Amino acid sequence: MLYGLSAEQDMIAQTVRSFVEKEIYPHEELVERTGEVPNEIAQHIKEKTLELGFYACNFPESVGCAGLSHVDFALVERELGRGSMALNHFFGRPQNILMACEGDQIDRYLMPAVRGERMDALAMTEPGAGSDIRGMKCSAQRDGGDWVVNGSKHFISGADHADFFIVFIATGEDQTDKGPKKRITAFLVDRGTPGFSVRDGYKSVSHRGYKNMILEFDDCRLPQAQVLGEVDGGFEVMNTWLYATRITVATMSVGRARRVFDYALHYAAEREQFGQKIGKFQGVSFQLADMITEIDAADLLTLAAADRLDKALPANREIASAKLYASEMLARVTDAAIQIHGGMGLMSDYPLERFWRDARVERIWDGTSEIQRHIISRDLLRALGA
Amino acid sequence: MKVLVPVKRVIDYNVKVRVKADGSGVDLANVKMSMNPFDEIAVEQAIRLKEAGQADEVVAVSIGVKQNQETLRTALAMGADRAILVVATEDVHADIEPLAVAKILKAVIDEEQPGIVLAGKQAIDNDMNATGQMLAALTGWSQATFVSELDIQGDSALVTREVDGGLQTIKVSMPTIVTVDLRLNEPRYASLPNIMKAKKKPMDEKTPADLGVDIAPRLTIVSTGEPEARAAGIKVGSVDELVEKLKEVGAV
Repeated sequence: MLYGLSAEQDMIAQTVRSFVEKEIYPHEELVERTGEVPNEIAQHIKEKTLELGFYACNFPESVGCAGLSHVDFALVERELGRGSMALNHFFGRPQNILMACEGDQIDRYLMPAVRGERMDALAMTEPGAGSDIRGMKCSAQRDGGDWVVNGSKHFISGADHADFFIVFIATGEDQTDKGPKKRITAFLVDRGTPGFSVRDGYKSVSHRGYKNMILEFDDCRLPQAQVLGEVDGGFEVMNTWLYATRITVATMSVGRARRVFDYALHYAAEREQFGQKIGKFQGVSFQLADMITEIDAADLLTLAAADRLDKALPANREIASAKLYASEMLARVTDAAIQIHGGMGLMSDYPLERFWRDARVERIWDGTSEIQRHIISRDLLRALGA
Repeated sequence: MKVLVPVKRVIDYNVKVRVKADGSGVDLANVKMSMNPFDEIAVEQAIRLKEAGQADEVVAVSIGVKQNQETLRTALAMGADRAILVVATEDVHADIEPLAVAKILKAVIDEEQPGIVLAGKQAIDNDMNATGQMLAALTGWSQATFVSELDIQGDSALVTREVDGGLQTIKVSMPTIVTVDLRLNEPRYASLPNIMKAKKKPMDEKTPADLGVDIAPRLTIVSTGEPEARAAGIKVGSVDELVEKLKEVGAV
């Protein structure tokens, strides 16, 4: 598959790309300036996505969705990566972890989410628990048949628009040789649950309008029925479903890099200095050559990782490599694009400075570059007993 | 009623075209190709007729190279029911002339018996704007060109045409050949279920010989050139100077 996409895959990518160009690009400047997505624009994007059958296309046919393969879905997200994250949030892609819903959770959470009736957000990170997720302090105590939750979460993307949340909460502690280790459980939490509140987070340099929020739990009582998966099984639920978010970061980085590259390429072909197009200078043209080579490499690496998931092969290391390489590639490509544009590249009248700022977070969220390097090297060394 | 929609594979409108070194035409090797935008509008209109219950089948036909099946798949993904591919050449640079295309379409019409043909008013590659008119002559059907509104009323259709001076409304008898203009509609995106279904929809493959049509070229391209580069302008300091300069070059 790696060396050629099928006609359908090509058409899927083309369709999403033209959707992004026509439905997302025109609103980007407004979102960038105000830091908000007006509700009518959000609803319009959501309705169009539903109408086209792309809403929740990462979900299987058994729940009435398109059931795209990992490669197909990576192509969808690659093209979405070209556009504003704040806006394409409404090109709904609910967390596939919702497939872990059971019993009446299916009708309360899973189905409304894939139909676009309720939006979800995922909450793991805390001020004291970033890469070290087991360091979380947000905890739930059993009280009769219920759980009582206290603590907070931050950096919660999409929480401003979410109707419910998938929250990872500590439900106990085991003593191990390496010290105490938290047991973690995933909970479904509705907006408006007493003792649970959502408030504004920090102002981020990356992805304006795609807000990060703070969740607070103050003696928030959750019935047992709100547990997603097994009690203390949070890590299993995470490992079964959350690998995909790293592919998302990788493939969106590729899409955005391609958009940035087009700006750089055209600028190099048009801008004149010293009596010739700047693209004639090897100082510029060789940068372009390096940029496109890295973009193509990241694209193939990412699709190859997705293809391994489709073939049910071990992919943890490959996904980490794709996330690491693609996000770092995007940093280099956006930086080089600014260099080619010179001073104009830094002006807000032009979108280059935005892509450069937005690129920064890709090396941090969904597992920092350092965590990815740890995963990759551990995978290789463990096999040798090191 | 069956609707026949001819679709042409052309160089994508976003691509900056380059003239081949020998001046024989535009370089199409490894260039992004897409459905002619006017044909996309025709496909959209055909699907709308079907959705409105005025048509029961939409058949897309494309004439050219084997790769035209991609163009037809796009039409199928938008909602056409089946496709006919007429492979007329192996050379991506060979352009089948309007008269040959019209003759092939006439043969397809004889087989398919559509109630209407919806075509783009012209292809954006060579801007011939001739196939629809020639097809009307060959079939003896009525024709409505440059159409921005279409209202089928039984055995006739009320049609608004975009003409130089404004809008003209005419009534044509059915069956008819309609060539569509930019403002008729805004083509839809292919939906994901339709993209997945497109592969399963039937696509017949034929050759001009199967249809008894001779496509030998009748026109000769003498040369193809880039548009002349615009000469640099000058800045003037005042209205008087502007008038003086305009007089100098004989513009006023």
